[in-house]
Amino acid sequence: MDVILVEDLTKSFNPNWPWRTPITALAGLSFSVSRGEIYGFLGPNGAGKTTTLKILMGLMRATSGKAEILGKPAGDVETRRRIGFLPEAPYFYDYLTAEEFLSFYGHLAGIDRGALACRVTELLDLVGLSEARTRQLRKFSKGMLQRIGLAQALIHDPELIILDEPMSGLDPIGRKQIRDLILSLRDQGKTVFFSTHIIPDVEMICDRVGIVVKGKLLASGRVDELVSGNTRSVEIVCEGLVPDQLSLVAPDATRILTRGRQCLIALPVPDRLEEVLAGIRRHGGRLISVTPQKGSLEDLFLSQTGIKIEE
Amino acid sequence: MWSVIVIAFNTFRENLRDKILYNLLFFAMLLIGASVLLGELTIAEQKKVVTDSGLAAINLVGVLIAVFVGIGLVTKEIERRTVYTIMARPISRAQFLLGKYFGLIVTLLVNVLIMLAVFIVTLLMNHSPVHLSLLQAVELIFVELLLVTALALFFSTFSSSTLSAIMTLAFYVIGHLTTDLKGIAEKSKSEALKSIMTGLYYICPNLEMLNVKGQAAMGIAIPVAYQAMASAYGLLYAAMLIAAAYAVFQRRDF
Repeated sequence: MDVILVEDLTKSFNPNWPWRTPITALAGLSFSVSRGEIYGFLGPNGAGKTTTLKILMGLMRATSGKAEILGKPAGDVETRRRIGFLPEAPYFYDYLTAEEFLSFYGHLAGIDRGALACRVTELLDLVGLSEARTRQLRKFSKGMLQRIGLAQALIHDPELIILDEPMSGLDPIGRKQIRDLILSLRDQGKTVFFSTHIIPDVEMICDRVGIVVKGKLLASGRVDELVSGNTRSVEIVCEGLVPDQLSLVAPDATRILTRGRQCLIALPVPDRLEEVLAGIRRHGGRLISVTPQKGSLEDLFLSQTGIKIEE
Repeated sequence: MWSVIVIAFNTFRENLRDKILYNLLFFAMLLIGASVLLGELTIAEQKKVVTDSGLAAINLVGVLIAVFVGIGLVTKEIERRTVYTIMARPISRAQFLLGKYFGLIVTLLVNVLIMLAVFIVTLLMNHSPVHLSLLQAVELIFVELLLVTALALFFSTFSSSTLSAIMTLAFYVIGHLTTDLKGIAEKSKSEALKSIMTGLYYICPNLEMLNVKGQAAMGIAIPVAYQAMASAYGLLYAAMLIAAAYAVFQRRDF
């Protein structure tokens, strides 16, 4: 069963002045998220990730299309009991202490007083903020705010957790903590849907990923499926050849490195691999290894988004 | 209902932790104290001056809180994006608005009660009588505050804080001049001015109806029927404004 189902979703923002053209944030976006998976919603800034999340949470209305969460139309008030949400760069009531803050959201979720006290303690432990329980949020660092934000999203033990850029602005330790937490949520059978523009986060923890650019989904699937068949180049390691012989054997090589007797030949495309291998043998060389260089999610992302990085 | 109480309590707590309220309360105490000094300087009607200026101080500080905290009730939540996590909970937009509104109303009630207590103590220390009319005047001041808060809430659902403050204050001032507006409309020879003044007369709340400070200063009690009608008028107007605020807020994208 799909926990999130989005079909042909569009969102346009009308400008304040009638002579200006409307801004299209989503242009027919479609994707689905299955129960129990971690789905990474990857896209550059301004791709429409936050707009999609806001529509799913009922904070914004779609111009057209379908958006369903847990089988109900997005924005359904009762369904929100089963969803936890952390917005991007969240700002919370900074006059509250960590404990008061979580209690407030727990009360809003309808948790009774007795159970709530235990739940607050449990969550403060989980996000590593037990020692800051009586400290006001205005004295929290960015990483601590992100963690307390995640705790408020989990206070009512939701089955679906939606996170907007949960790792943005965090240091490596903070990012690892959030990643570990997301993985532990998946282990508990929960579904996690999060948006990000940080590719390694997606590669490390997501079961599936969707790449969104200019309000459209350009690719979706398992990370290994998306990058497989995307063989970028081949690296050959051999020995027993002198530099002059190497340039004869592989005139198309993008890179030739020699370390002692061994040398590495990088071929841009695998098409001429057989020819190069035959050349090595012909000149008396010994083949040590042939390694196809798969493209990374980053390559796929850059190719899909059309972003070119100057070398 | 529970969600409304939770949001109202949190709004009240936010107001309590906001130091500006203490400043305003201090200002009110100062004004009430000054009213005694003012009374001392007056040759005749000393007690009337003390009562009149004391009630005016309660009214002024109440309106300042209603306007300047009221305009931030919704806009601050949207600007600071705290509304995202609140609206992600199983609560409707109507519950959110009501919670914010009642949170400020409780704050105003506490403030008015503290100011009233200080005022009564001041009067007693000054050997001035405490008439029933005084309580009637304070009750109608509070109804006016309910209405002004609803005005601020309404404007803040679709405009910036500055614009909301300007519009609320403008409606407050015009609300106290509605009788004059009608007079201008009747006497004016310009059809355009007549239409504008008549329009404003019907749109703006008649806040003078809730002003019985003059009678209270003289110690004249107003008829209970008038008080009930004036209170009902103020409450109905506030309810209509909240309904209008909801109609706007319901359609808003965050």
